[in-house]
Amino acid sequence: MSTTAAPEKGTPRLSENGRRRQPPPAGTAPSAARGSRAMAWLFLAPTIVGMGVFTLVPIVASILLAFFRWDILSAPQFAGLANFTEITSDPTVRVAFGNTIGFVVVAVVLQLGVALGLAVLVQERLPNWLRVFFRSAFFFPLILSAASVSIFMKYLFNEQFGVVNWLLGTVGVPAVPWLTTPVGSACVVVLVYVWQNFGFSFLLFLGALSSIPQETYEAASIDGATGWRKHRHVTLPLISPTTLVASVMAIINALQVFDQPYVLTRGGPGDSTRTAVMVIFETAFQRLEFGKASAIGVVLMLLIMAVTALQFRLSKRFVFYQ
Amino acid sequence: MTTTASPAPSNRGARPGTRAHRDRSPDAPARRRRRPLDWSLAGRVAVLVVAAALTLGPVLWTLSTSLRPPADSLRLPPSFLPLNPDVTSYAQVFKQVDMALLVLNSALVTGLIAVGQMVSAALAGYAFAFLRFRGKGALFSLVLATMMVPVQVTIVPVFMLIRGMGLSDTLLALILPAIPTAFGTFLMRQYFLGLPAELAEAAAIDGASPFRIFRSVYAPLAMPGLAIVGILAFNFHWNEFFRPLILTISEQNFTLPLGLVSLQGNMGTGSISVVLAGVVLSMIPALVVFLVGQRTLRDGLTAGAGK
Repeated sequence: MSTTAAPEKGTPRLSENGRRRQPPPAGTAPSAARGSRAMAWLFLAPTIVGMGVFTLVPIVASILLAFFRWDILSAPQFAGLANFTEITSDPTVRVAFGNTIGFVVVAVVLQLGVALGLAVLVQERLPNWLRVFFRSAFFFPLILSAASVSIFMKYLFNEQFGVVNWLLGTVGVPAVPWLTTPVGSACVVVLVYVWQNFGFSFLLFLGALSSIPQETYEAASIDGATGWRKHRHVTLPLISPTTLVASVMAIINALQVFDQPYVLTRGGPGDSTRTAVMVIFETAFQRLEFGKASAIGVVLMLLIMAVTALQFRLSKRFVFYQ
Repeated sequence: MTTTASPAPSNRGARPGTRAHRDRSPDAPARRRRRPLDWSLAGRVAVLVVAAALTLGPVLWTLSTSLRPPADSLRLPPSFLPLNPDVTSYAQVFKQVDMALLVLNSALVTGLIAVGQMVSAALAGYAFAFLRFRGKGALFSLVLATMMVPVQVTIVPVFMLIRGMGLSDTLLALILPAIPTAFGTFLMRQYFLGLPAELAEAAAIDGASPFRIFRSVYAPLAMPGLAIVGILAFNFHWNEFFRPLILTISEQNFTLPLGLVSLQGNMGTGSISVVLAGVVLSMIPALVVFLVGQRTLRDGLTAGAGK
């Protein structure tokens, strides 16, 4: 190898027009550039050690802890599957998982629908400055903290002095008890969450739409497809890979919802807006049942992994790749 | 939105899309004169304007209410534009909470996480791109797999670890676990792979050590990639709520989102303009990032979807 590399080094590289760069041969100089193995581990150390300590060990510990009872004060006691049987019969946990799944379905459908609709509107013929303005506007909520957003939204949705009810009042709608009724609270959590997050799916859809060649639409319109049918038969199939990625990312994020319900409703009224992560938080850090909290965490992790696995399955069956 | 039919098939020059639109600008005015108002365009813009108003309205209300006198902050009709700005609430919020300390804590935590992520991701990304070691592929898959595990699932053991290390209720408890970054490592690896490998060979012939090659040749070239890692880290951790809620206990270690939520709890529905003043102040750094690095942030946020 080193003998073939030697003459090559003498010839000026730049003059080798059109020839692909060759993989670095294992000669003396390149091997110096690629370093010794020990050197590589020095480069990797901060990330690998950090991940080992703060991610991998905690994952294993979390799974193990799910089979123990532990209140941090006394020694952990092996409990077998007790934590899992307890959480399946615990009404609060069941309600919280039900709420979370319901939330995911409604929020994700709304988020993707709004995002796709707006992306189509922005992508079609529009003066460029308007396109830039709308793109920035829809992106803007993503840079805010969910806690801050929930703080001001809580005021906006206040029953007596909130702006939302004031606006509804100007068109004759009586005051809606947003944050004091189960249905109202659930609506607010969904709306606030979607308000902040639709911009992300919007950006993904916008990227996908802008990569559809204009010729495709021209061909479709020659075949007589206009308006809705153009989108139904051309746009939707062509962006299906993005739709899948955007839905999976949205589902995984929505499954972990915490900040909005915590700040807006603290899970209430009753348990009506309590989510899975809120229950993990309360079980562990308010009731000190760390084993049970880990068991809930493991169930949530399995849910997330199932969604990811489903993504791979679906992408083979339904997504149209060019 | 579906009835926004594009021009009829016969109108071949005016296909939707910027390029066609821009290329045909010479005859665009002529067309506009023939058709005084493009109803489909007007309808689309109207829908978009309503959507933008719903998106920006709450933020504008927050800004202008924070600039109303506290006594007026609940008065309807609401204000969406700060026509008579009054900064009483801004003075008040510094009296109600230790705003300066909250800002300092947030800045320290976010800044150190961002720098830590940039350094560790650059090093690890470089190793995965260029260096030679056993088990590279498996290790890289493992790093990527950690991206799938949400922080909420590992928080209980992380809390225990932090306690065991004697770091509970310190800012380091927030900083250290956030430094290793799978996404940043992935991003930097991709970035380095896009740079020519010949540079390393040339530098090695000149006698540069592998670390020297990294520091003086590749790291400077990878600055745009590092900027993405830094900006994403900043945006995420400046706004973070869940981990600080669990890992900090005393108010002197609170970060901004936590401090503001507890301020809202303490104030009830009193003078909301004071709370909103705090919210507006906490948005300023994010706003600066938005104005300066929106493109970087957009590219970074959507980069994860492309793989």
